[in-house]
Amino acid sequence: MAVGLDLLVQFFPNFASIVLAATGLAIIFGIMGIINLAHGEFIMVGAFSTSLAYNGGIPFLPIDALPGLGRLIGAMLFAALVTALFGLLVERTIISGAIPNWIAERTVGHPVITPLYDRLLDSMVATWGLSLIMVQTFRNVFGNSLSGVPIPFGKLSYGNSSIGLYQVLLAGVAALVLVGLYLLFVRTDYGMRARATIQNESMAQSLGVNTERTYMATFALGSGLAGLTGALYAPLLSIEPGLGAAFLVDAFVAVVVGGSSVVVGTLLSGGLLGIVDTLFSNVYGTFAGRIALLIVAIVLIRFIPEGLSSLVERLRERRLEVD
Amino acid sequence: MSDATEGMDPAVKQTSAELATGVDTDTILQTDGLTKRFGGLTAIDDVDFGVEAGELRCLIGPNGAGKSTLLNLITGALSPSEGAVYFKGHEITGLDPHERIRHGLSIKFQVPSVYEDLTVRENVRLPIQRLASGTERDERMADALAASGLADKADIEASALSHGEQQQLEIGMAASLDPDLLLLDEPVAGLSVDEREEIADRITQLNEERSIAFVVIEHDTDFVADIADHITVLHQGETFREGSIEEIEADPEVQRIYLGGETDA
Repeated sequence: MAVGLDLLVQFFPNFASIVLAATGLAIIFGIMGIINLAHGEFIMVGAFSTSLAYNGGIPFLPIDALPGLGRLIGAMLFAALVTALFGLLVERTIISGAIPNWIAERTVGHPVITPLYDRLLDSMVATWGLSLIMVQTFRNVFGNSLSGVPIPFGKLSYGNSSIGLYQVLLAGVAALVLVGLYLLFVRTDYGMRARATIQNESMAQSLGVNTERTYMATFALGSGLAGLTGALYAPLLSIEPGLGAAFLVDAFVAVVVGGSSVVVGTLLSGGLLGIVDTLFSNVYGTFAGRIALLIVAIVLIRFIPEGLSSLVERLRERRLEVD
Repeated sequence: MSDATEGMDPAVKQTSAELATGVDTDTILQTDGLTKRFGGLTAIDDVDFGVEAGELRCLIGPNGAGKSTLLNLITGALSPSEGAVYFKGHEITGLDPHERIRHGLSIKFQVPSVYEDLTVRENVRLPIQRLASGTERDERMADALAASGLADKADIEASALSHGEQQQLEIGMAASLDPDLLLLDEPVAGLSVDEREEIADRITQLNEERSIAFVVIEHDTDFVADIADHITVLHQGETFREGSIEEIEADPEVQRIYLGGETDA
């Protein structure tokens, strides 16, 4: 019983970490066909922005006047917004090439960059280069680390053990993010445009959808979620330029295992990989947990290459055929 | 320009300057010296193609004549090597595809392009959500479902529709944008006789009741004879002939290049 409770409590932070790390990457990959290898560095932008805003304040936004928790939440939301805007800048310059092409058309007379949409390998090379530039730039500008951010809420005691309440609550935030994304993609006009653009871009254009704007919004959304992840984990991490690397591995594995459906895929992969990580970490230690997680991912990719969400899709189609 | 253009409708011969100023309000679409080259291949060669408001025009020609390329140049899916496209008196050559749609141009592709993972209702919502919200959106969606003849299948996924129903849905989606001109690329390819009649009825109904002009690419000469006001024959990227179905059918040169018939010439 005590072991079961222990595993359950430890599952929550693992689930949260995988889901929050993966959602931004999954959205950008699922809708734009881009693997953003700078995703970890976008998370880093979120963590750095949170630290800077919390410890140094935000110009024109007096969050330091707020009580402790309000100040932290204000800093975290600010960080998510900053990362979304940074993502928008990256989309306009590197991903779509819109700004360089605008300049090129007025100087050399023709565009010079082909957008990276649906160019998986090219997008990986470009964003990997971006990640290297970002890490070194942050190291040069901010040094090897920034001041930390306090962990709110204290400890949660159960039996003879305890765990940070904040880490458990992150699982609730992860669930809320998934519910929010589900509603965004199913209920809103943007969600309809995004789903239409994923399936058939030229058809969406022929129905009046500005697919370029949809891509811009999507990249900003994915970047903002990466920033939110960095912000949420800022209290738990050492704020240093290399912090994104660990997140990228979790996110990449979760997206590949989850498949193309952002919400269902991330939920299933977060759940399954969270369980594997918790079980093996608890019994054999953290290193064994990471190895087990990667082995499970390799086996799943071998037998279900289209990801866990494709299983759900197949089950649904079978049920429709029976009906 | 080909010799065939000598017999063209006077509106087609308008200058781009006249069109840009909207002198002739009857001409809704006009291409001016439109040319498209793919490397050494000239797919469309100096084509002046005009369509009047409310007209039902069919565009025919043998495979490789450049019909789909011409449509793609009109919708903006392809950029011309030379020439210009005018729509409702305004040049639209430099506009993105979605901007042309917002000017009142609409297209149905050759391959049925409904969103198979979305329901029929969600499919018709996509073009309408930009134009209306709240109750008006619901009403327009209901109208679009009725116009597609698929109101009773609104909540099933489009993947479950037959090929003919998907064609109907796509025409309904394109028409729900309230276009002034609807371009259809082989709307009855692969359909049964009954389904062809259904599509022909929908097209003529939309043309007559809502005054939507059509440009229809089609190989099925019976279908073309059923619906067309006027026919343009494209051959080797050029306008080869224009005229009524009777004139086109009686033209020995068209017989030779398109139908493969023997001529005395």
